[in-house]
Amino acid sequence: MSEEVKKKKKYVPNPNSAKYKLGKIVEKHYKEAIEAKANGEKIGWCASNFPEEICQTLGIKVVYPENQAAAIAARGAGEKLCNIAEADGYSNDICAYARISLAYAKIESAPEQDMPQPDFMLCCNNICNVMIKWYENIAKEKNIPLIMIDIPFNPDKEVSKEQIAYVKGQFLEAIKQLEEISGKKWNENKFKEIMKISNRTSKAWLEATSYCAYKPSPLNGFDLLNHMAVAVCARGTVEAAEAFEVLCKEYKENVKEHKSTFRVEEKYRIMFEGIAVWPHLRVTSSGLKDRGMNMVATVYADAFGLLYDDLDGLIRCYCGVPNSVCLESARDTRIDVAKRTHAEGLLVHTNRSCKLWSGFMPEMSRQVAKACDIPLTSFDGDQADPRNFSEAQYETRVEGLAEVIDSRKGDC
Amino acid sequence: MYTLGIDIGSTTSKCVILKDGAKEVAKSLIVAGTGTDGPNRALNEVLKKANLKLEDVSYIVSTGYGRKGYRLANTEISELSCHAKGVMHLFPKVRTIIDIGGQDAKVLSINERGRLAEFVMNDKCAAGTGRFLDVMANVLKLDISDLEKEARKATNPVQISSTCTVFAESEVISQLSNGSSRENVVAGICKSVANRVATLAKRLDIKDEVFMSGGVAKNEGVRNAMEEVLNTKIVYSKDSQLMGALGAALFAYEKSIKEE
Repeated sequence: MSEEVKKKKKYVPNPNSAKYKLGKIVEKHYKEAIEAKANGEKIGWCASNFPEEICQTLGIKVVYPENQAAAIAARGAGEKLCNIAEADGYSNDICAYARISLAYAKIESAPEQDMPQPDFMLCCNNICNVMIKWYENIAKEKNIPLIMIDIPFNPDKEVSKEQIAYVKGQFLEAIKQLEEISGKKWNENKFKEIMKISNRTSKAWLEATSYCAYKPSPLNGFDLLNHMAVAVCARGTVEAAEAFEVLCKEYKENVKEHKSTFRVEEKYRIMFEGIAVWPHLRVTSSGLKDRGMNMVATVYADAFGLLYDDLDGLIRCYCGVPNSVCLESARDTRIDVAKRTHAEGLLVHTNRSCKLWSGFMPEMSRQVAKACDIPLTSFDGDQADPRNFSEAQYETRVEGLAEVIDSRKGDC
Repeated sequence: MYTLGIDIGSTTSKCVILKDGAKEVAKSLIVAGTGTDGPNRALNEVLKKANLKLEDVSYIVSTGYGRKGYRLANTEISELSCHAKGVMHLFPKVRTIIDIGGQDAKVLSINERGRLAEFVMNDKCAAGTGRFLDVMANVLKLDISDLEKEARKATNPVQISSTCTVFAESEVISQLSNGSSRENVVAGICKSVANRVATLAKRLDIKDEVFMSGGVAKNEGVRNAMEEVLNTKIVYSKDSQLMGALGAALFAYEKSIKEE
């Protein structure tokens, strides 16, 4: 009898649910890349903000070291791989995604998340500058080509015609290089079709994230961190578009039925700034949930929803991803998200891995908090190196933030 | 009605018992923090001083680093709110609180209604905290309580430039071997702590009065250095270390009344 009870309690995922479908897309993404490699196809390691649409059009399989590093870190092997890279001489001050990826390129195996070794590297520096040397080093070690797209940091609010022309020239050259590497041909009509699908996916993804604006939110904001891998690696696929559309439907139903994937009473609504602390995802998530604090705003998730009409529009989007824009643009985007979602507090992850993102955070978060008239606190952490996070410090700061929100409401 | 606040820090445990949320009946401070027998010893001592039994206490609030999982507490509240509460009870004109404990430093901003409005805390590094002073006192073969006496004698404080406790330790040793006097080195150490915490404080709009709480507040050398760096007068009480426990006891009274 007791065994039967236990069996009944076992979690059986609903195959029609968005969560199941999205999980399957990521699984398929890695499986297809491994199969393609086994069949002798050329595989690329690709930056998360390199246009997925280009590879999709050419039918080239690429995998994403950033996604892999996050998965490895979330499954507990971040420190092990960081140590391997550090033993090779890489400083523990550089990005932990880079250290994990460099280590993986060396040991070529990680049961936490395996992926095929690269035949070429696709780098785009709109998200990160460390990536240039990280990808260069792997290309050098493995003696494989590196395709590098330079997207300059934008000090202005608009993307200029000149900037678009500069980046477009590089993309066209990259397409030629990819044709040579893969032996596959570019098809303009297919590209248009892929752009259409990518927009459909992004639209559904952004609609899903927008449900956070409801009070209470029909979702736990941390769900988005799990789902966003699909927005990175499969934007140009119909399966991704359909899965996100199902996600929207689920959230819409939750609103209608007053349900939420945030399983406790939503007492506080906050904006979370920065990349997730993947090695301590459970602790950081439950540290909020235990206090009824829901993450309803983050620019990290929205960053992978790109809407455009044509190639120029696509380039404009890739020139405007969070880390490539000036403080004023970045600040205004956050103010908009925080106001739209009625965030009552701002929790900033000072990510030891990402100097680019965290470097201007003290000033930017100050400006955002002031403009939205909300309290803020920050904690030290890391996107993939577990050693840079202290649970007790996190707990006190989160508790303090809740108490200040209460105090402002006059409840305390 | 008796209520009790217990502040379980990283290096000390403090208790305060209040009668009817106003009159301080007894207090205790044991130099042993979370993970030790310190909390129990502090509790036993405060009960003994108050001539009370545990069952006489209506409500207990725990605070501090070891607040979670303290099984005798009815509830726990962060040290941020408790320090603010305790200080505002005794010093209602205070608008900025600088609290330096064993392993963290925080600056609290209090609004016109006397409530916690904003706060900033140190990063993961222990520089600028009580632990930093512990390590330095150990290097100098001094008791932590002697640091202020030494600092008072300084004529030309040395510059301790490093913000890292480990590197600063090497720097102190180098200064001593280069002939700097112990008192000038101690004054340099106090200034280093003040500089470090002042950068935190300056992130908030520092408003008078400024109060220093926590164990490090006992050190006159740090207080003086802080006054100099922030260019403001620092208010201090000999019970600065007990502000968290006092705030917890006040919250305990309010919660007890509310629940009744």
